Amino acid sequence: MLELTKKTFEEEVLKTEGLTLVDYWSDGCEPCKALMPDVEELAKKYEGKVKFCKLNTTKARRLAISQRVMGLPAIVLYKDGEKLDECTKEDANIENIEAMIEKNL
Amino acid sequence: MSKIYDLVIIGAGPAGLSAGLYGARSKMDVLILEREKNGGQIVTTSDVANYPGSIREATGPSLIARMVEQCQEFGAKIEKGTVEKVDLKGKIKKLYIKDGREISAKSVIIATGAYPRRLNVPGEKEFTGKGVSYCATCDADFFTDMEIYCVGGGDTAVEEALFLTKFASKVTIVHRRDELRATKSIQEKAFKNEKIDFLWDSTIDEIRGDGIVEEMVVKNTKTGEKTVIKAPEEFGTFGIFVFVGYIPNTEIFKDEIELNDKGYIETCQNLKTCVPGVYAAGDIREKSLRQVITAASDGAISAIQAEKYIMSKEY
Repeated sequence: MLELTKKTFEEEVLKTEGLTLVDYWSDGCEPCKALMPDVEELAKKYEGKVKFCKLNTTKARRLAISQRVMGLPAIVLYKDGEKLDECTKEDANIENIEAMIEKNL
Repeated sequence: MSKIYDLVIIGAGPAGLSAGLYGARSKMDVLILEREKNGGQIVTTSDVANYPGSIREATGPSLIARMVEQCQEFGAKIEKGTVEKVDLKGKIKKLYIKDGREISAKSVIIATGAYPRRLNVPGEKEFTGKGVSYCATCDADFFTDMEIYCVGGGDTAVEEALFLTKFASKVTIVHRRDELRATKSIQEKAFKNEKIDFLWDSTIDEIRGDGIVEEMVVKNTKTGEKTVIKAPEEFGTFGIFVFVGYIPNTEIFKDEIELNDKGYIETCQNLKTCVPGVYAAGDIREKSLRQVITAASDGAISAIQAEKYIMSKEY
């Protein structure tokens, strides 16, 4: 999974064609860390179809808020740089995330 | 014929994992079923300071990881599975899993825990993760230097409000009564904290915004007067953290086991439910203290009872 920063976000997500998934997480978010290994697995499964990225919001708070992300975990799917769908909070489990990807492939 | 477990535990939080440990150490054939990730509510906690022995790296997830390892070391199996329906009355208990499996057991421990109660007001669901939160450790840092409203008057609400002052410029506790229900020592800390303010006799009536929380309607419970609180221009948003109690995950058991008016399971001596061979452990029970340590204690007691039950003449 590609590790994003507030500097690379625009180039790697907003200016990228096709499907891009961003896993928003933070140092303090324990459910995010528990979810991450499962998302890594999905990244392998959908390699070549969906670009998987992660963003630590601790260092990119304003950027996250600009993307309307104010609660974690948040898994957001972008298509051609436009926000398409998301799984947030209790909906952010691996079944829902995979269903979201399948729906938008 | 399909396999019959000695003991099936529903839920892999501290109660379920402790039951698994004690059950497996009693040489029972034990299966723990968990519908999501192991650990339950404690995995949202970054600092578990009150569980004896959990001093170093005492986060919720690290504590749970050790419990899982210990449990499996003694032979308890942990599987993913959402129990949708149960048939507990007979000698062989049946559990029906969402993926179509049917699991049989001689005894069952219900350790399904609880989840945070919602306000149930317009806008709450829409803005969850967009300014509305039930998890301070998850979302606090989004609100660095912003204002936060913290709803509730119990221990959790006041403790979380204190935690949130490390991030926010100001934390206002919104409570429907004119005094807090939290423990005195916690109250004192809140009253002494310069960043904490109070909005007494108040409830949130509605949450509004465009993609993120921008304003809310607060109602005075005594006068009925409604006030709109708008986000300060600088940030255009504020946080609403909700800590108004818990709801037990007992929905699937309501036809099988007697629940009290709040939906909790009332257990008798040694955590027995009204159904022989079925026990309840952890937050799911009507009890006075819901902590990791009391959940773990319940797990141990119920597993030993389950073992006694299947070894007894009663079975």
